[in-house]
Amino acid sequence: MFRKHFLVFVFVIIAVSSFSQPEEEKKLMRLFVLAEDNSIIDLPEGTFNLEQSLWLDGKQHVTIRGKGMHKTILNFAGQVGGAEGIKVTNSKQIIISDLTVQNTKGDAIKTQEVSGITIRQVKAEWTRGPHPENGGYGLYPVQCSQVLIDSCEARGASDAGIYVGQSKQIIVRHSKAYENVAGIEIENSLYADVYQNEATNNTGGILVFDLPDLVQKKGGYVRVFNNNIHENNHDNFAPKGNIVGKVPAGTGIMIMATNNVEIFDNNIINNRSAGTAIVSYYISENPIRDSSYYPYPNHIAIHNNTYERQQVRATSKGRMGQMFRFKLRFGKQVPHILFDGITDGQQPLQLCISNNQNQSFANFDAGNKFKQISRDTSAYNCTSNALPAVVW
Amino acid sequence: MKKFATLTLLLLSWLLLVNFNTGQQFAFAPYEHLSDYGFFTGNIKMLQPAGDVMAYDLATPLFSDYAIKDRFIRIPAGTQAVYNDSNIFDLPEGTILIKNFSFPEDFRQPEKLRKNIETRLLILQNGAWQAYPYLWNEAQTDAVYDPLGGIQHIGYINYAGKAINTRYIIPNQTQCKGCHRQGDANMQPIGIAARHLNKDFPYAEGNENQLMHWQRAGIIRIPEDTIPANAVWNSAQFSIDQRARAYLDINCGFCHNPNGAANTSGLFLHAANTNSTALGVGKTPVAAGRGSGNLQYDIAPGHPEQSILIYRMKTTDPGIAMPEIGRLQMHKEGIALLSEWIAAMR
Repeated sequence: MFRKHFLVFVFVIIAVSSFSQPEEEKKLMRLFVLAEDNSIIDLPEGTFNLEQSLWLDGKQHVTIRGKGMHKTILNFAGQVGGAEGIKVTNSKQIIISDLTVQNTKGDAIKTQEVSGITIRQVKAEWTRGPHPENGGYGLYPVQCSQVLIDSCEARGASDAGIYVGQSKQIIVRHSKAYENVAGIEIENSLYADVYQNEATNNTGGILVFDLPDLVQKKGGYVRVFNNNIHENNHDNFAPKGNIVGKVPAGTGIMIMATNNVEIFDNNIINNRSAGTAIVSYYISENPIRDSSYYPYPNHIAIHNNTYERQQVRATSKGRMGQMFRFKLRFGKQVPHILFDGITDGQQPLQLCISNNQNQSFANFDAGNKFKQISRDTSAYNCTSNALPAVVW
Repeated sequence: MKKFATLTLLLLSWLLLVNFNTGQQFAFAPYEHLSDYGFFTGNIKMLQPAGDVMAYDLATPLFSDYAIKDRFIRIPAGTQAVYNDSNIFDLPEGTILIKNFSFPEDFRQPEKLRKNIETRLLILQNGAWQAYPYLWNEAQTDAVYDPLGGIQHIGYINYAGKAINTRYIIPNQTQCKGCHRQGDANMQPIGIAARHLNKDFPYAEGNENQLMHWQRAGIIRIPEDTIPANAVWNSAQFSIDQRARAYLDINCGFCHNPNGAANTSGLFLHAANTNSTALGVGKTPVAAGRGSGNLQYDIAPGHPEQSILIYRMKTTDPGIAMPEIGRLQMHKEGIALLSEWIAAMR
């Protein structure tokens, strides 16, 4: 009896707080389409089921704010047009705060060509949890500058929960990314500080990648520090063809082809395959046709991190899983720090690994059919100049 | 002294010029009704152009969910467009581009019982293009300005005699920019370029090349050079490669070019691109998410079924479908064309 009443009560609550098309949607769309510079778009409390993206273009100093991360919920499960939930383009000084975007067909929040974008206390999620048909990115600033992602959450993205691409001057902090393929990814981006975040139960916790064939070619000057990166052992559920689809389950941090990266003061715990991997683009086995692309990581410092892992095998799934199983054969003693050993042979490699708790290492000689797997760290026992903090 | 006089004169004329220019500025507000512009004569729903309004079409048009599109241009009397061979013509202040979207009751008799859904205006005012959507009323007596667009249910009989009931999205003012914005610049028209317009049009006086007709009407001067021309996507007079490239150019190239919104992808499908990797051949996706469909390459030569480009045309899922806006239906004929093109690649 009590249970029945409770269910009725729940239904009433849902019926009252859930608004639907088309009047409510048109009201919200009006706020975005007709927004003026120097204004605030106030989104009311409640769950709104929307069929089309909310898109702000060509505006300056606009704040889009809800009543709270758990109070203003924009649900795009029934989306028919436009793949994103919220999209902001060609704008300056935009703030998005205090709301949740759910179940978009594509990316939850995409901002492109925005200088000065702050996303604060925003959640991007796919409520069914990990699924290959979830949208690609949760929070997705691309070609932006002065990017601040603060106190956000991202869950369920079939590519990356928090993904900053082809951008400059970036801070990602105090955020949580879980149940995504990549938790946090900084790609082809310059000057990024990623700190005090939690990345857990993703396939890979934090990725720092430089990829070919892009407009902004070269990323770097990325600092990843004071993060809690633990139990990122989720099966990779990215659709194939995407670079993150190659990331092995159990990756804490992966640096691919990026230069000038400093990883320090992180807790990197119980990521079964690679606490920290430093690899060239060649490990993806994708062809490189971009002649201006530099596929090797260099000027990397890994120091003062705490590593722990249980006695378990690395993943055996995917192409990299095969590598662990048949080539690397670490058994249950997988080194925390893995380097593919592929260098350009011209420029001297500067890879410094020092002062990490429980540090263990392997250069797995991927460029030479894994023939000379080496645990010797003497060549990497150095310290390098600290990278500067990101300021603007 | 003479120098001073010259300077003063220069300064004065500069001031005059500025005054003159600001005098030309006008605060434009869109009319509430489409009929207020006086574009059409007679029964407005028949779209008979009035006076200096001229109808035109494109060699290969953008696919818009099978809507029939009627296009018109009005260039202010006494002014001219300036020709160039690769980009949008430089159009004079006050130019209006008018595009009407309609569906016939039965596509096998497209002239009978057509229902106008929306009319989009692009107006060049104070040097910048602005977009204004107008929605037709049920009685088809006029269309009303609505910056929010909307979603409508429509029904018709298709070419194969099959009844289609579907939804149709009228883009809002911001969505217009999704196709019409180039880089940091303001909005741009898409079709008003030599390669799209260089074709015959059935004028009342008979068929004539559109650019020649415009020249005769005194609204543009065409050089004696060779004028580029895109293929007609569904005409056997052109090679499969020409038809495919024309289709990609108008359907994808407005975003997929080095200055377009899709430049993040590195996939460039505009007519001027000559780099085959950038065209997608053997190119891996970057941030396609599930748009990759578990496939490796944008174009896998010889294998349309393994090409992401075809995969993204062959769906209506908004998280996968390309173009991102304005397509709720699949363009079967376009898919067939590009599949044939990729299948023939070695």
